[in-house]
Amino acid sequence: MRAFVEGVGLLGPGLQGWEAARRVLTGEEPFRSASTIIAASELLPPAERRRTPVPVKLALAVAQEAFQNAGRDAAGTATVFTSSSGEGETLHQMCETLASAEREVSPTRFHNSVHNAAAGYWSIATRSREASTSLCAYDASFSAGLIESMTQVVSSRKPVALIAYDQPYPEPLHSARPLLASFGAAFILTPEATGRTSASFELEFLTGEEEPARMSDSALEDLRLGIPAARALALLEALARKAQGDVVLEFLTETRLRVTVSPC
Amino acid sequence: MLPLVISRFSVVNSLGAGSESMLRALREKRSGLAPCGFETARIDTYLGTVPGLDDFRVRSDLQDYDCRNNRLAQLCLEQDGFAQGIAEARDRYGAGRIGLYLGTSTSGLHTTELAYRRRDPETGALPADYRYAETQNAYSLGEFVRRYLGLTGPGFVVSSACSSSAKVLGSAARMISAGICDAAVVGGVDSLCLMTLYGFHSLGLTSPGPCRPYDVDRDGISIGEGGGFALIERATRVEPGAILLLGVGESSDAYHMSTPHPQGLGARMAMQQALHSAGLEPPDIDYFFLHGTATESNDASEDKAVLEVFGPRTPCSSTKGATGHLLGAAGITEAIVSILAIEHGLMPGSANTRSVDPALKSNYLLENRQANVTRALTNSFGFGGSNCSLVLGAAG
Repeated sequence: MRAFVEGVGLLGPGLQGWEAARRVLTGEEPFRSASTIIAASELLPPAERRRTPVPVKLALAVAQEAFQNAGRDAAGTATVFTSSSGEGETLHQMCETLASAEREVSPTRFHNSVHNAAAGYWSIATRSREASTSLCAYDASFSAGLIESMTQVVSSRKPVALIAYDQPYPEPLHSARPLLASFGAAFILTPEATGRTSASFELEFLTGEEEPARMSDSALEDLRLGIPAARALALLEALARKAQGDVVLEFLTETRLRVTVSPC
Repeated sequence: MLPLVISRFSVVNSLGAGSESMLRALREKRSGLAPCGFETARIDTYLGTVPGLDDFRVRSDLQDYDCRNNRLAQLCLEQDGFAQGIAEARDRYGAGRIGLYLGTSTSGLHTTELAYRRRDPETGALPADYRYAETQNAYSLGEFVRRYLGLTGPGFVVSSACSSSAKVLGSAARMISAGICDAAVVGGVDSLCLMTLYGFHSLGLTSPGPCRPYDVDRDGISIGEGGGFALIERATRVEPGAILLLGVGESSDAYHMSTPHPQGLGARMAMQQALHSAGLEPPDIDYFFLHGTATESNDASEDKAVLEVFGPRTPCSSTKGATGHLLGAAGITEAIVSILAIEHGLMPGSANTRSVDPALKSNYLLENRQANVTRALTNSFGFGGSNCSLVLGAAG
């Protein structure tokens, strides 16, 4: 199963945008961790912009960067959103309210609580009426998104954007599910090579426990293991290095994905 | 798309456990809706509750996954010989060749709601017995069912609100067509929790009585809980009468987070794409199941969309008056209702609806009709403007 990578978006601690982060991933510059800076999307009207929760802002920011790098119109592109954590802050606020005597929940918070909130806001922001799905597979959420988006590209023969994102929960949920930092990555995948193509992915589903690809930098490896969306880092590193090679990604128990990355 | 065979299915909701109970209730035009008595919820509304979940116990080796949603999942897997059917499929294909694609909107969220009432008064910490991964996370349902059925293939959970368990059929079809798996278990489970009850109430969308889709006096939804599973396989040998998944259509509204597009634009696109992927025209559909939630705006916009696609003659109805809105389990449940309609030649009339809104122009059935149904279409629409339509049919 093959797709071409046309554009990439990236936001993580010390990885502020794909262009800047590339030099870190190739080792040309040292990795220096810093808080992830997440700006509200100017694609949304001001009223919506204020109401969007942080995970939505994160997803929209990396998606927008990937489309800019691809030079592609978002309105005509299907999307696959994948996140382990979804809308943590909103979940926390709702659960606090529901545990109180009044239980007066906010209607805006309620519609912001759905796992596909980012997909909904993205569709409103870009006026895209194309298909969109929102996935979760706990720590394997990135691999789930990759396999879903690749099969979509192959079956529809149309471009698909994959957007993976995770935002740490506030306490007390953070202690139950600690995530290291905010992290988002987006890939525009196309069925054929275009003028903007940087590489191709050939994907294979494997059963067994083959060793997954790790980051050579230990701080980046901590990130990769500490945030489900950051499991994308091994693929991002291969793209940044522009070298042919296989990247094995963890998927569900006893399953792996092997991605053969070939620079174009 | 290549047609796929739906060879097994199981269903549970307030109408009963198993497809026999569901069929009997539809034939009797019975509704499972009753005044809200869920936990500590104090809302003037009706609910479609599955009895017995409070005392239900999940399989002992899966105790860590115990929560209302996974109890409902197991209850559903135990119906209609479904788990046994999957064991046979596992022998046939191998556990690693069967994919698992499930939908839910709130997973085991009720466990988190209860844990927030037991926070440490000093530190605010959640109780030590709270299990996030096995209950709250959207994938909890996926891992529970994967372990229960002993499957090791590819899989994930789709959580796109009320379209979730319709969209999983699209994912499964693509995975099978790409050769990632030979067969797939698809389905969805959503269980009652305070967040959806108080949330829909805060939006002014819950009816104080049993919901009445397409009624001139409709005044909101009734929330229900339920689950459904199906096994879909590559159509190598198709017997006449076999149930096929013929088409899937997916779209987005690009309009509002919780209100459908007033002209039903996204809904129309989903239906047209489902027909296109099935290689069918609107007159090929004998009957369709509306999303039909019974809110003022949903039924009005859906009516506009279906009129554009089908015109005013094709008979249709919504089963929400019988089951309530099953949210993330609505798509698979209504796909199973479509299968029952095809297998038994039953076009179910709408429970609880008394008088169809004259402003709505579709051929909405209030009474059951016994008629040949070869192909049916079913709609599922959700928050975030997420739309999915499915076309199912009998092999000729």
